[in-house]
Amino acid sequence: MYGGDTLIPGSFDYLAAHSINEAVALLDQHGEDAKVLAGGQSLIPLLRFRLASPAILIDINRIDGLDYLREMNGTLHIGALTRESELDNSSLIRERYPILFDTSAVVADPVVRNWATVGGNIAHADPANDHPATMLALGARIVAVGPAGERVIPIEEFFTDLPFETTLHPNELLTEIRVPAPVQGSGGAYVKLERKVGDYAIAGVAAYITLDTNGNVSYAGIGLTNVGQAPIKARNAEQALLGKPLNDAGIHQAADLAAAASQPISDTRGPAEYKRDMVRTLTVRALRKALARATGGE
Amino acid sequence: MSTHHISVTINGTSYEGDVDSRTLLVHWIRDTLRLTGTHIGCDTTSCGACTILVDGKTTKSCTMFAVQADGRQLMTVEGLEQNGKLHPLQEGFHEEHALQCGYCTPGMMMSGLALLQHNPSPTEHEIRVGISGNLCRCTGYVNIVKAIQYAAEKMQAAEEVPVSAGQGGE
Repeated sequence: MYGGDTLIPGSFDYLAAHSINEAVALLDQHGEDAKVLAGGQSLIPLLRFRLASPAILIDINRIDGLDYLREMNGTLHIGALTRESELDNSSLIRERYPILFDTSAVVADPVVRNWATVGGNIAHADPANDHPATMLALGARIVAVGPAGERVIPIEEFFTDLPFETTLHPNELLTEIRVPAPVQGSGGAYVKLERKVGDYAIAGVAAYITLDTNGNVSYAGIGLTNVGQAPIKARNAEQALLGKPLNDAGIHQAADLAAAASQPISDTRGPAEYKRDMVRTLTVRALRKALARATGGE
Repeated sequence: MSTHHISVTINGTSYEGDVDSRTLLVHWIRDTLRLTGTHIGCDTTSCGACTILVDGKTTKSCTMFAVQADGRQLMTVEGLEQNGKLHPLQEGFHEEHALQCGYCTPGMMMSGLALLQHNPSPTEHEIRVGISGNLCRCTGYVNIVKAIQYAAEKMQAAEEVPVSAGQGGE
């Protein structure tokens, strides 16, 4: 029926869930045989290339009320099914969370962003995806719902050292991402170097800082995109920034430490040394932009 | 492999059918419904030739299963022309010579349409961002941008007629 040279996924059973409980029950029943279909913008290409061939797809797009952006009591709650385009178009995100606005704006392309979800971008755990680095920088928390109820996972415990792997159980659904609301003196930025719109990052760096009333750094988060097996939290770079004013020397020291934390490989996007160098440069840029935003300069 | 009965509205016409779970929306539209205006370019979610509107949002129809479209409103490039009259976008692509091989054209027009629906008078930069999910290998995009500008002006002018005729604005 179809042309011989088109890419067709392997066979699977399609099940549509209409509530979180129904999705969790289906995951509990089918476990490792099932994959969750959210925006599908990464999963469907993987199925077409037959890099994944789950027996069952559980479509969560018909679950009402899983797409929202709500700031309450010092926390931004992002529903897992929130589309990237909703971040693009949200004045709350643009004004209060420019680091998230930076991030969604460079996820794939505008057509993909109409379906691609924030929850999917994180749960897929592709080190080339953009939100993991940003969420690591922000110190986000992940809400997972399973048969026994809900648990909250700090983002640094959500990813493992392996690509496409998380600490979610096979019968758990990622339902929400919680991001700390900005406080006085906080600011962040995400900068991505890409060959063209729609490509994965050559390298990307997310930085988030908070300055106390004396101008010293009281929080620093730095996340790296596509320069390792998994999303990377540059802990040494974060530590080096704490307790001091954020000056040029400190920014460059942190950038050197972030570059040292990266583990890029040579591929079509460039040699490893080049990518490590770009991590250094992008860290400087992200920290400067974060500082400008933290001090009302942007 | 599960089979599913779906009902979809495309360009105002209702269609029904049974689809395999793995049938991609673009294949159902082209091969089953024979609406071949929507093209398949890269098969890998990159090029945007298969862009259609699903509930008003641009969508790469090679990256959605047909079963997911059940109950939704779709628009393909065939829906642009009304009563034998070309849509301003189609006219713009003709007037500004915005295509050479024509392969990307249906997707470009659908992205152009979605852009103009949300932003009736976009800047050149906004147009370039708006079509950044669609690849053209012939034109260098210059004339595509001009075509969308042509359509924007024409659609704006058409909007202004009733206002000047005293029928009021919003």
